[in-house]
Amino acid sequence: MNYLEFEKPLAEIEGKAEELRALGRANKEMDVEKEAAALDKKADALLKDLYKDLSPWRKCLVARHPDRPHCKDYIDGLFTEFTPLAGDRNFADDHAVMGGLARFNDQAVVVIGHEKGSDTKTRIERNFGMARPEGYRKAIRLMDLADRFGLPVVTLIDTPGAYPGKGAEERGQSEAIAQSTAKCLAIGVPLISVVIGEGGSGGAVAFATANRIAMLEHSIYSVISPEGCASILWKDAEKMREAAEALRLTAQDLQKLGVIDRIIKEPMGGAQRGPKETVEAVGKAIETMLKELSGKKPEALVKDRRQKFLDMGSKGLAA
Amino acid sequence: MNWISNYVRPKINSLFSRREVPENLWTKCPECGTMLFHRELADNLNVCTNCDHHMAISPRARFTALFDTGIFTEVKVPEPITDPLHFRDQKRYPERLKAAQKATGEKEAMLVAEGEIGRTPVVAAAQDFAFMAGSMGMYVGNALIAAAERAVKLKRPLIVFSAAGGARMQEGILSLMQMPRTTVAVQMVKDAGLPYIVVLTHPTTGGVTASYAMLGDVQIAEPNALICFAGPRVIEQTIREKLPEGFQRAEYLLDHGMLDRVTHRKQLRDELIVIIRMLMNQPPAVKGDLPPPGSPSSEAAEAKA
Repeated sequence: MNYLEFEKPLAEIEGKAEELRALGRANKEMDVEKEAAALDKKADALLKDLYKDLSPWRKCLVARHPDRPHCKDYIDGLFTEFTPLAGDRNFADDHAVMGGLARFNDQAVVVIGHEKGSDTKTRIERNFGMARPEGYRKAIRLMDLADRFGLPVVTLIDTPGAYPGKGAEERGQSEAIAQSTAKCLAIGVPLISVVIGEGGSGGAVAFATANRIAMLEHSIYSVISPEGCASILWKDAEKMREAAEALRLTAQDLQKLGVIDRIIKEPMGGAQRGPKETVEAVGKAIETMLKELSGKKPEALVKDRRQKFLDMGSKGLAA
Repeated sequence: MNWISNYVRPKINSLFSRREVPENLWTKCPECGTMLFHRELADNLNVCTNCDHHMAISPRARFTALFDTGIFTEVKVPEPITDPLHFRDQKRYPERLKAAQKATGEKEAMLVAEGEIGRTPVVAAAQDFAFMAGSMGMYVGNALIAAAERAVKLKRPLIVFSAAGGARMQEGILSLMQMPRTTVAVQMVKDAGLPYIVVLTHPTTGGVTASYAMLGDVQIAEPNALICFAGPRVIEQTIREKLPEGFQRAEYLLDHGMLDRVTHRKQLRDELIVIIRMLMNQPPAVKGDLPPPGSPSSEAAEAKA
C-alpha cells in the first residue's frame, strides 16, 4: 500500500498492527491478536475520519494515487473482446490513449481512454497519460468509426493534461484537441464519459464532451492544475491548497455546477483501497447511462449534447 | 546597424525618455524602440511604422478600421452571472473584473459587431487582450454563441479575431466548458453553410487555441503572433531544452501546416473581402467603388474625449 502524506498516522497504526502480527507468528506463545485487532479498529476509525470530508487538495492527491485503477483496469474488468485499434493514420500511435472495439454486456461499443501506466516502465511508455496530437486524432478516427456503425462510445478520462512538448506543438496539439471536441459534438451515437482520476483541462474535454458525464467520488476535473493556478494567480506554487479550494474541481462541486450528471461512490479510503469494487461501480454507472440513451435517434443525441453544453454554467453554483 | 547608429540611437532615446512626455501621446515600440506618435500609430493600426511590429489593438479600433466608413452595430451579448464560483485568489474576482473594466472601458473581453466590409455584410467578434489577458469565461462563450446565432440568422459569414492567454481561471471548470460551448457556436455557422474565418492575433494560447481559434474554414494569423496550446516556458520546463528561434510564432505555424496565411494587419481587410466574397459566391468587389474603412485615430480621439 502506498500511503499519501496525509495518511501517515494511518500508516503508523497499520504498520504497528502488522509488526505485532509478525511478532505473534514468530513467538507462538504470545497472544497478539487482541491488541492487533484493537489497532485495526483504531485504523478503521481513523480512515473513516480522514475520508469523511476530504479537502479539495487531498482529493487531488487521491485522484492521482498510483494504485488507483486506471483505464486498462476498467477495460479488462468491464469489457470483453477488447480489440485495440491503433494509430492516427498520419504520424504515429499514441500509447497515452487506449482505444478500440469492445463489448460491454455483449453490446458492441467503442471505448477510448487515457492510460497513465502502473509502473515506471509502463508510465514512460504511456507518457503518464499525457496525449499528443496523435492520441486525439486516433480518438477522432475511432469516434468516426463508431458513428458509421452506430456503436455507442464510452470514454474514460484520466490525464494530467495534453502533453506540452515541442513535437506535440509542431504537429498541432491545439488543432487536434479542438477537432476532437468538435467530433464529440458531432457524432450521432450515445457518448458517455467517466472521469476515473484526473480530468486535466483541454486534454480531458477533448474526450469528455459527452451526453452523460460521471465522476468517481474522489476524482477531479479542472481547467488547470492547482499547482499551475497557484503559481499564476498566487505567484507561489505552494499555495496549491488554496487554489484547489477556489477552483471547485471536486466531483461534488461539479455536480452542483451542473457540469456532470452523476457521482460514482468509491470504497472507504478511495478507489486504491478497493479497485475491484470501484471497477464494478463504474460498470453499473456505464450500464445505467447507456440505458438512458438507448433508442434515441442520432439527430436527437447530437442536438441534446449540444444543448447540454450551451446551457452549461447559466446558473452558477445554484444550478 | 553601423557604429554611429549604435552609438547615437540610445542617446536620442534617453533624451526622449528624460523629457516629461504627456502620457499616451507617445508609444515606444517594444521591438525596435522607436517612439511613435499616438495618431500616427493609430492610423497605422498599431503597427510600428519603423519595424512592422504588430502591437495589440482594441476590438473597437479594429472594427473601426475593418467596417466600411468605420460604422458597425454592436451585437448584444447575453450577460452571464458574475463570479459564478465566488472565486478569490489574492484579490476577489469581481475586483479584478472591475479593474479591467476601468482600464479598458469595455464590459468584457470580447466585442461582437455586425456591419459591412467592402459592401459585404459580416458578423465579427474580437477578443480584447487588454481585458484580463482576453481570457475566455462565460461572457466570451456567450459572445461567440451570440455572434454565431446572429451570423446564422442574417446568413452572413463570421470573422473572429482571437487574442487570449487562455481560459479564465477565476471561472474554474465553467471556463473550461467554454471549449465545447464555443465549438457548438462554430458548428452552428458551419451547419448553416456559412464561412467561419479566424484571424489569430498575438497571443492566442491555451483553451482558446484548442477550440474556436483552430476550427476556421480559413485560418489567418498576424505576423509574429504567438500561437500555441502550451506556452514556450511550460515546454522548456518540461523538455529541459532551449526552443528554436521563432518557435510557435505565426510564420513557424505556417511552415508546419497549421495556418493558411500570415497577413499584415494593413492588408487584412482587403484579403478578408476577397476570401469572403469567393466563399459566399459573390462577384468580385469593384476595387475603386468600395467605401473606405474608418480611421482609428479619430475613433481613439473620440474614446478619450
